[in-house]
Amino acid sequence: MTQAPPVTESDTSLAMAEPGSSLWHDAWLRLRKNKLAVFGGVTLILVTLFCVAGPWLSPYTYEQQDFAQYAQPPSAKHWFGTDKLGRDQLTRIMYGGRISLGVGICATLVSLTIGVMYGALAGFLGGKTDAAMMRIVDILYALPFTVFVILLMVAFGRNIVLLFVAIGAVEWLTMSRIVRGQVQSLRKQEFIEAALALGLSRRRIILRHMIPNVLGPVAVYTTLTIPAVMLLEAFLSFLGLGVQPPMSSWGTMIKDGAELMEEFPWLLMIPAAFFSLTLFSLNFLGDGLRDALDVRTSKD
Amino acid sequence: MPLLQVQDLRTYFHTRNGVVRAVDGVSFDIESGETLGIVGESGSGKSVTCYSMVGLIPQPPGRIESGTALFDGVDLLKARPEQLRQIRGKRIAMIFQDPMTSLNPYMRVEDQLIEPLLIHEQIERRRAVELGIQALKDVGIQDAANRIRSYPHEFSGGMRQRVMIAMALITKPDLLIADEPTTALDVTVQAQIIELVRRMQAERGMAVIWISHDLGVVAGLCKRVNVMYAGRVVESGLTERIFRAPRHPYNRALQKSIPALQPKGAELYTIAGMPPDLSKPLAGCAFAKRCEFAQDSCQQPVELKSIADGHNTACVRVQSGELKL
Amino acid sequence: MFRFIAARLLQTIPVLFVVATLAFFMVRLMPGGPFDAERSVPPEVERELAAYYGLDKPLARQYLDYLGQLIRGDLGPSFKYANRSVNEMIASTFPVSLQLGGLALGLALLFGITAGVLAALRPNSAMDYVASGISMTGICLPTFVLGPLLILVFALNLRWFNASGWFDASDRVLPALTLGIVYAAYVARLTRGGMLEILSQDFIRTARAKGASEARIIFRHALRGGLLPVISFLGPAAAGIITGSFVIETIFQIPGLGRHFVTSAFNRDFTMVTGIVVFYAVLIVFFNLLVDIVQVWLNPKLKF
Ligand SMILES: Nc1ncnc2c1ncn2[C@@H]1O[C@H](COP(=O)(O)OP(=O)(O)OP(=O)(O)O)[C@@H](O)[C@H]1O
Ligand SMILES: [Mg+2]
Repeated sequence: MTQAPPVTESDTSLAMAEPGSSLWHDAWLRLRKNKLAVFGGVTLILVTLFCVAGPWLSPYTYEQQDFAQYAQPPSAKHWFGTDKLGRDQLTRIMYGGRISLGVGICATLVSLTIGVMYGALAGFLGGKTDAAMMRIVDILYALPFTVFVILLMVAFGRNIVLLFVAIGAVEWLTMSRIVRGQVQSLRKQEFIEAALALGLSRRRIILRHMIPNVLGPVAVYTTLTIPAVMLLEAFLSFLGLGVQPPMSSWGTMIKDGAELMEEFPWLLMIPAAFFSLTLFSLNFLGDGLRDALDVRTSKD
Repeated sequence: MPLLQVQDLRTYFHTRNGVVRAVDGVSFDIESGETLGIVGESGSGKSVTCYSMVGLIPQPPGRIESGTALFDGVDLLKARPEQLRQIRGKRIAMIFQDPMTSLNPYMRVEDQLIEPLLIHEQIERRRAVELGIQALKDVGIQDAANRIRSYPHEFSGGMRQRVMIAMALITKPDLLIADEPTTALDVTVQAQIIELVRRMQAERGMAVIWISHDLGVVAGLCKRVNVMYAGRVVESGLTERIFRAPRHPYNRALQKSIPALQPKGAELYTIAGMPPDLSKPLAGCAFAKRCEFAQDSCQQPVELKSIADGHNTACVRVQSGELKL
Repeated sequence: MFRFIAARLLQTIPVLFVVATLAFFMVRLMPGGPFDAERSVPPEVERELAAYYGLDKPLARQYLDYLGQLIRGDLGPSFKYANRSVNEMIASTFPVSLQLGGLALGLALLFGITAGVLAALRPNSAMDYVASGISMTGICLPTFVLGPLLILVFALNLRWFNASGWFDASDRVLPALTLGIVYAAYVARLTRGGMLEILSQDFIRTARAKGASEARIIFRHALRGGLLPVISFLGPAAAGIITGSFVIETIFQIPGLGRHFVTSAFNRDFTMVTGIVVFYAVLIVFFNLLVDIVQVWLNPKLKF
């Protein structure tokens, strides 16, 4: 350590040009100042805790039917009332949240994996390969994808794994574009050239320089993809193509609620409120992250 | 009475990092038909001074804290927005530094060029277009009748600046404010543009405020010069006096740092240090920190004072006669 | 311009081919056939039916036949509705969806652009926060939440509108509003961003220096460039409105193509589903072409 070779020395000076840990620290400070983003983050944590830990504390299970207590309005016994089969709505909301959030996160991970690998590969290879790969993305963009997801769900039944894959396969396109754009602009940037000129290995460049830089936009876009995915899942569930009973997501609960809203409005209102609140929080957090990390994404 | 008389203009920007005193007590005047140069390094407040007078400061964050700017009897700084709009583009016209971004890329040259006429004069569109074509011819654009239908991106930088000039002059203004109009252009085009403004001025007898950090240009074009530093005028006077007999250490240093005037082979002279942070209040002379002649007396408040006929300096030591430059 | 359009149309051929192929095979691979529901059909009748629809031929053969039909613009007969062709069904239901989608898009642009411009005029003012807040709400209240809520309030409680159906003009209001509001929210955000970007440009200062009024600056100088992001959003928006129509037409029981598509998918009406998917693809491709033309027309730096 005492005899630092010259490369390491220049490497530390490079660290000043490279947005490293201080970037994340600054971003964190900026994020904390953004009230809406903080609100979003806190709400999200509370909702997640509620959904994950709640069922253990609840005296009811999500499938336990009590026909004597059929479609009750909210009361001390059933805080959110009961549905038409006499099941406790509070417990069902918690379970539904697990499914909705779970689908949101898993499908986002699928799209993240595909998108990042595809985009990074295209950006790295550059040239004709890149052009061809992005042309494919363009073509896929033009396809009526949701229609295919519907077909897929009809064809192969309402299988939850299939749901992840189908949704993930739709949402990776934008991610790949963002990553590819980022990698490409980084390739041209001076500190990468400097690092290359200094003879740093490719691996090192990728690990120390590329990944930290791509991470920001990816984090922002991931946060914004989760609500999009949750929306798609709820959309499919609403059409009767999502998760299957007795399992329920917020989307299926909204669907059931909408059918009975005239007599029992709470069956619609409460799941809708949870769903919207979560979308709200995720969007605010994503926007806050974008501002804090100073990322420009084409929001489409 | 001068055409424009500016007194004690102060424009501050209230930013998150404090109050930036971009212009801090500037006074000057300009007669009809006269050319006044404003020089000073980047950030010294040249642009903000001029934008303040015509209400082009973004507010917020900017705020005009004090001052008057009497233009033909109207105080521009207190005029109502509509009143100012009637003066802007009609009696006071402006051209800007970067012709690439100062023209609207989404509008045809024609529409932009005749816009001042349509705004300020009762004129038929057809007549306005004729005047527009003539104006383009006057600034030396060939095939004006066809080129007027183009979009700005189809023009070169020099041609765009010509369009800007034609646009500014189309209403025959009394005062033209030129904010570094040649900085973004290459040297030959620069010379053409300067020549063009000079010719237009001679033909129409308008007054010109020419902002530049190119001392050579200002020396060749202007009758009088204001030297600005850190939001204040530190020296003003006839061009010849300013260049031949600088009476402020900053101006002297500025002259010395013109590369073309330095002996060949010698190390380039540069002013040591950095311009002051405008968000920190300054008691005395703003240049004192970098000044080789600075003394304790430089910490007292300074004021621009006449030392010879029409020659003013803000250096207390020169004012008191202690320092001979 | 003509060449541009021709070139773009040529480029769409592979897209349509991919869509048709995917749709064809996905639908054929579905477990269960269209005649499953009719248990009483004797085997010989079923064979006859299969022969009539060409289902007895090898899959590859069916596929080639289908492509041949497609090139002639014929989407084939419906499996479920005897004696009706897919073309006929689309022709009878699509106008309803078109009207719904058109109204929704119109509302979205009207409200979205107005709100976006107002917000951009005074960034960080109360006006801006109200507009941004409303657009955020729009983004977080998906159609299947908003639709039932609107029905609950305006149809069931206030009784201003009918809860469902598609008969008189007032029946258009709630569905179009529900479908349009989400896109109004996106349009408002994009307009605000685009306008703020343009209003910070140097050429706006030039316009001010010419003495242009605020209205002139907005409408003559800023709007054209500021709306470019909105224009490029129209392609995705159209696709979204199509999928949105599935939900809206189900909620409001509107006899449009969207609801018909969902029913057909559940009924495994092979030709109908494939046909509608291809039709949607053509629609989207056509709309994107239109958007591209508008974009070139708005942005002088782009050339046909
Ligand atoms: N919108 C603004 N917000 C905050 N500060 C500003 C703003 N506009 C100008 N300033 C500050 O005002 C000071 C003077 O700027 P000005 O543009 O007048 O300089 P200048 O002399 O014209 O320089 P240059 O030669 O680079 O054009 C600068 O320190 C600048 O940072
Ligand atoms: Mg300037």
